[in-house]
Amino acid sequence: MRALFISLILLVTQPVFAEEVVLGLSKDQVSINTNFDGSEILIFGAVKREEPIPTDPPLQVIVTVAGPFEPVVVRRKEKRLGIWINTDAVEVDSAPGFYAVSSSTLLGMSVTETEDQRHEISIPRAIRSVGAPMNITNSESFTEALIRIKTASNQYQLNEGTVSVDEETLFRTAIKLPAALTEGDYQTRIFLTRGGEVVSKYETSIYVRKVGMERWLYTLSRENAFLYGLMSLAIAIAAGWGASAIFSAFRR
Amino acid sequence: MQIYLPIAEVSVNAFLLLGLGGLVGILSGMFGVGGGFLMTPLLFFIGIPPAVAVATEANQIVASSFSGVLAHFKRKTVDLRMGTVLLIGGLIGAALGVWMFNYLKALGQVDLLVKLCYVVFLGVIGGLMFIESLNAIRNTKKGKPPARKKHNWIHGLPFKMRFRVSGLYISVIPPVIVGIAVGVLAAIMGVGGGFIMVPAMIYLLGMPTKVVVGTSLFQIIFVTAFTTMLHATTNFTVDIVLAVLLLVGGVIGAQIGTRIGVKMKAEQLRILLAIMVLAVCGKLAFDLLVQPSELYSLGAAGGH
Repeated sequence: MRALFISLILLVTQPVFAEEVVLGLSKDQVSINTNFDGSEILIFGAVKREEPIPTDPPLQVIVTVAGPFEPVVVRRKEKRLGIWINTDAVEVDSAPGFYAVSSSTLLGMSVTETEDQRHEISIPRAIRSVGAPMNITNSESFTEALIRIKTASNQYQLNEGTVSVDEETLFRTAIKLPAALTEGDYQTRIFLTRGGEVVSKYETSIYVRKVGMERWLYTLSRENAFLYGLMSLAIAIAAGWGASAIFSAFRR
Repeated sequence: MQIYLPIAEVSVNAFLLLGLGGLVGILSGMFGVGGGFLMTPLLFFIGIPPAVAVATEANQIVASSFSGVLAHFKRKTVDLRMGTVLLIGGLIGAALGVWMFNYLKALGQVDLLVKLCYVVFLGVIGGLMFIESLNAIRNTKKGKPPARKKHNWIHGLPFKMRFRVSGLYISVIPPVIVGIAVGVLAAIMGVGGGFIMVPAMIYLLGMPTKVVVGTSLFQIIFVTAFTTMLHATTNFTVDIVLAVLLLVGGVIGAQIGTRIGVKMKAEQLRILLAIMVLAVCGKLAFDLLVQPSELYSLGAAGGH
């Protein structure tokens, strides 16, 4: 009876560690202009709590930034009749165009397998692949390949130990966005964990937008494709004629 | 200096693009090829998405061909009559080619077909040209006069027309067929088709090399302009910023190339083009035969 009462109290006072994130971003809008060459976003914040700092399992912070999710086709080459050709293909239902996970310690130590699965934190968990066609046996190798290729181009980043935490209260990290960035709302999440359990979660968005000439050209190419095509040709003809005129002027 | 390309959605070095454009422009002016068969793989290599590379390349070829053809007009080395006949065939061929491309796309493996097309055509044309021009050079060194043009079955066909600039009096059927064939291949392979057109004009139609270059450039302008519009309106893959960077280098290169080309002997010109064509062929064949370091590749869902 007494044991039941205690566990009941524990249940009522959930979450046990009443800690909350107060967040700051160095910028919540990334503008892609002509000379855009990647960007760095500083993510910092504090842990707000009503009670004294709990002592036992130390506080860990995980920060994730995810670009727009899209289906991706992964193809595999095989040697057929002496040449390498694409044979099998697996469609990954939803994979982020960009994904960065930063943690204050090794990711495996910051969060348990179950919590990772529930909140889709680590890179393999962020990718959703429902199922491969029947004829493909090892579909995991396709998702692994996706991660490998994206990691090589810095589109997927696992930055362990890059979130610095001071006095279990202040934390900060910097996320490098690569130059090859697509437009969209970049979902940003901060997890506070203790002993591998997520105790608090905070979500916000970073808006990545084309601006100025980039915006204008992009819109024109979609909404007024014929005009855009004619403009491209006009520029080509003018440049060709211009170079010819300049060169013949030099020769005279 | 890094520049972000609005349609390709990647950031690249502007000077690298100017340099690439210039290099391909020189070759374009020298040989009368658009340079697409060289530039497109180079663009893939620096990380431009393939669809954008192919479409933008067409736009750039318009510029460098236009610049080149003006230089040839001044020297009166453009056979407008022949160019128009080839162009009529070319446009019919391009339309057929687009239709075939979509049909093959539905069957899958279109990438492979494009690559095999490249290897076969580049290999055959490059090889033939190389042997022929080597023989020509050897003959001139020995002091033998170049072989006179022989009359063959082509001269027996009806609808004869006089092409004064080329010094030919032949039927219009062979040029139209050459135009169609090149148009089909150009559409499937995503290039202007100069590297097929130039040898076809020299060896099949018997045109003098000096006239061939200008005439080839003349008809390439129209075929690639047509392709550019097609890509811009259906796939939205023409990147105007990329095109401008490439064509600024390209038009200057084309002017320089044309001047180099005029100073060179026809056999030398042909042997250089043959070597270049064979080199690209070798690289593509190598990629098909040797195990790639990454067996997997990523693509957008839906398309192929």
